[in-house]
Amino acid sequence: MSVMSAAERAHEREEAETREQKALGFWLYLMGDAVIFALLFATYVIMVNNTAGGPAGKDLFDLSNAALETMLLLISSTTFGMASLASKAGNRSAVLAWLLVTFVLGAGFVCLEIREFAGMIAVGAGPDRSGFLSAFFTLVGTHGVHVSVGLTWILIMSGQVLFKGLTLPVTSRLFRLGLFWHFLDIAWVGIFSIVYLPGLL
Amino acid sequence: MFGRLTIEALPLYSWVAVGGAAVTVGGALLVAIVVTWLKAWKYLWTEWLTSVDHKRIGIMYIVVALIMLVRGFVDAIMMRAQQAVALNSGGYLPPEHFDQIFSSHGTIMIFFMAMPFMTGLLNIAVPLQIGTRDVAFPFLNSLSLWLTSAGAGLVLVSLVIGKFSTAGWTGYPPYSGVEYTPGVGVDYWIWAILISGVGSTLSGINFIVTILKRRAPGMTLMRMPPFVWTALCTSVLMAFAFPALTVACGLLALDRLAGMHFFTNAHGGNMMNYPNLFWIWGHPEVYILILPAFGVFSEVVSTFSRKRLFGYESLVYATAAIAILSFTVWLHHFFTMGSSANVNAFFGITTMIIAVPTGVKVFNWLLTMYRGRIEFHPSMLWSIGFMVTFVIGGMTGVLLAIPSADFLMHNTTFLVAHFHNMIIPGVLFGYLAGYMYWFPKAFGFAFDRAWGARSFWCWFVGFYLAFMPLYILGFKGMPRRMEHYNDPSWQPYLMVAALGAVVVLCGIGCMVMQLYVSIRDRDLTRDSTGDPWDGRTLEWSTSSPPPVYNFAVLPEVRDREPFLDMKERGVAYQRPAHYEDIYMPKNSMVGVVMGALAFVLGFAVIWYIWWLVIACGLAMWVAMIAKSSDDEAEYVIRAAEVAKIEEARYRALGSRAEGGT
Repeated sequence: MSVMSAAERAHEREEAETREQKALGFWLYLMGDAVIFALLFATYVIMVNNTAGGPAGKDLFDLSNAALETMLLLISSTTFGMASLASKAGNRSAVLAWLLVTFVLGAGFVCLEIREFAGMIAVGAGPDRSGFLSAFFTLVGTHGVHVSVGLTWILIMSGQVLFKGLTLPVTSRLFRLGLFWHFLDIAWVGIFSIVYLPGLL
Repeated sequence: MFGRLTIEALPLYSWVAVGGAAVTVGGALLVAIVVTWLKAWKYLWTEWLTSVDHKRIGIMYIVVALIMLVRGFVDAIMMRAQQAVALNSGGYLPPEHFDQIFSSHGTIMIFFMAMPFMTGLLNIAVPLQIGTRDVAFPFLNSLSLWLTSAGAGLVLVSLVIGKFSTAGWTGYPPYSGVEYTPGVGVDYWIWAILISGVGSTLSGINFIVTILKRRAPGMTLMRMPPFVWTALCTSVLMAFAFPALTVACGLLALDRLAGMHFFTNAHGGNMMNYPNLFWIWGHPEVYILILPAFGVFSEVVSTFSRKRLFGYESLVYATAAIAILSFTVWLHHFFTMGSSANVNAFFGITTMIIAVPTGVKVFNWLLTMYRGRIEFHPSMLWSIGFMVTFVIGGMTGVLLAIPSADFLMHNTTFLVAHFHNMIIPGVLFGYLAGYMYWFPKAFGFAFDRAWGARSFWCWFVGFYLAFMPLYILGFKGMPRRMEHYNDPSWQPYLMVAALGAVVVLCGIGCMVMQLYVSIRDRDLTRDSTGDPWDGRTLEWSTSSPPPVYNFAVLPEVRDREPFLDMKERGVAYQRPAHYEDIYMPKNSMVGVVMGALAFVLGFAVIWYIWWLVIACGLAMWVAMIAKSSDDEAEYVIRAAEVAKIEEARYRALGSRAEGGT
């Protein structure tokens, strides 16, 4: 056992500060991403009636599908929260289990979305049909791409938890993945209330 | 296999285009030969290309900017030459080629000259001014540099393979849509901007965190140097405005690649949405570029007037106010689009309001100079030239802010004269002032003053000759971007403007001479103190060039002008009692590799080479994952080694002091 030198203690402090800086940087990135979503929402809203004689939202959307997607994503946020708690408690296998559950729920969401998109394209309502559908596919698809990136990230972090354990860098990354995952929930709540509900009501 | 890339892509359609391609390829070959001849590839790779040191990244940004400045200027002088001779004739450039030139001129000057120049100055000065050892995310910094360079590379390659966009630097649909412009030109433009835009967003985030979290002990927000304040406001704008550009260009790309209908004429497209999205980024961009220049002027005027900055707090509040207001004026770029009178009036008024904080700053600088002991260093010349010229541009801007007046001047050369009148003095003069101000800090030897002053006078006179005639031509009704014309009364003015471009060319020649003379005489002009201007802020307290760790011991700040304060208290250059180990980020090749992959990915999308797109995308994904799983990104500089480096500096300082007595 070696005694920590002053420089090493200072370095520990620096590392804590680094983690704080990364958290702030990640928040800023999320806010920039929020700008992207905000502009895609605005674009969708101004184009929602530009159906160019093609199908509108009420012809295409299926509320039970959207509700199911919402359930999957919201529950996955809860299960991620459980993973965060387990990480704080230092329980490696619980972290892995909850990450796995989160992954399954998120993958279910993506599958439902792909099925919805494929069904729409099959009936001739693809993104090249009208301005409305371009805006719909781009907004919802951008969210779906984000979820898919999140899924990959969950896999990578599961690998890191498995092989590196809950070290400081790993938990710090898990924290940022959590921010990302919850952010996608917020974006989805926006999509549900601005795209699906008004489209059907 | 190669998508739509065929041998037809070579620019054999005109001799001028072949010449441009030959110069580009020849320049690249020349650089490769010189590096090989100097046997410097390994040095270049290990010390520069893979470096995550903010000082080196800053220098590389500015190298990119200067190369692109020359390229963008060649476009400019070609346009001026064409318009000078194209009365009732085709001139020497066919319309298709002329349109590419004005498009690439604007794109290059904004995205690949001004942006990298600005980011380069931030990189060199901000961490030193706030007394820290590096930016918050050193690897991200390297990645930003290489993404920006990848975009610049795409624009350069478009000279050799295929054509560039003819849709102007703003790329308005429906003309830029696939229906009217099916070739690769607009795609080059889109992907160059998308890739470099990601780099700029990341730079913004990086500098916000750096400035908010890494200041030296004692440096409160209201003790930050004015350049740091402007850098902070600019970074906020970069982080939150660039996503809008990503959306605008991304949707245009979806229209072109996936047959979507965001901005098309038919199928429910809404082309008016594009200018809105574009300028939601575009107007903040003006301030992204101009605020750091204001910061440089504040530093330079204060240093060379030997006075504290007049009204520091008003300058800070004015900067913050500009940053916020810059998001509220975007519609003034398209008053003629046909929004209602009330909407136009709202944006007209906000535009006039934003001129107020800008005016405040002019008084800050004037009153700093008042009763100061002014030294006419080239940086000071740029600053004074800026103040005089910028005020004219500001007034023509307020004129254009009146929607009814804008309807008459819209898309005339009056507009062209106005925005050049803002951006050349307001941005470029500021960056050149900063370049000449911080050059000795970055390299450790003096930057030749005589050639710097000559360069200033050529740019200054050339600017007036080139752009004042365009104001008059705008009043006479000359539209911008004309390849030829039939009104003989325009030609004399266009000839004067062309003469102005030649004078500016002399200014660029002087800049080259300045570099040559300074490097040739570097051993005679070494800066052993690190403080050539009797400076006031922390960057002057360390050696020139600074050691890799910037500060052996982090400075303690007690005043708004911390280094001047240390000199007055007699504690500057004090030997610390002991040194400690310093942890620094390791170099990484991932940044430059990611940049290269992004370049190839952009190129492959532009030419529809889909297998290569997928391959590059996967490779980038893998590189990112590998980098983000790396826990050992730092190395240690032992205290003994720090002591050795610092002792060498004290010896240099001491010998100078003895030499002086």
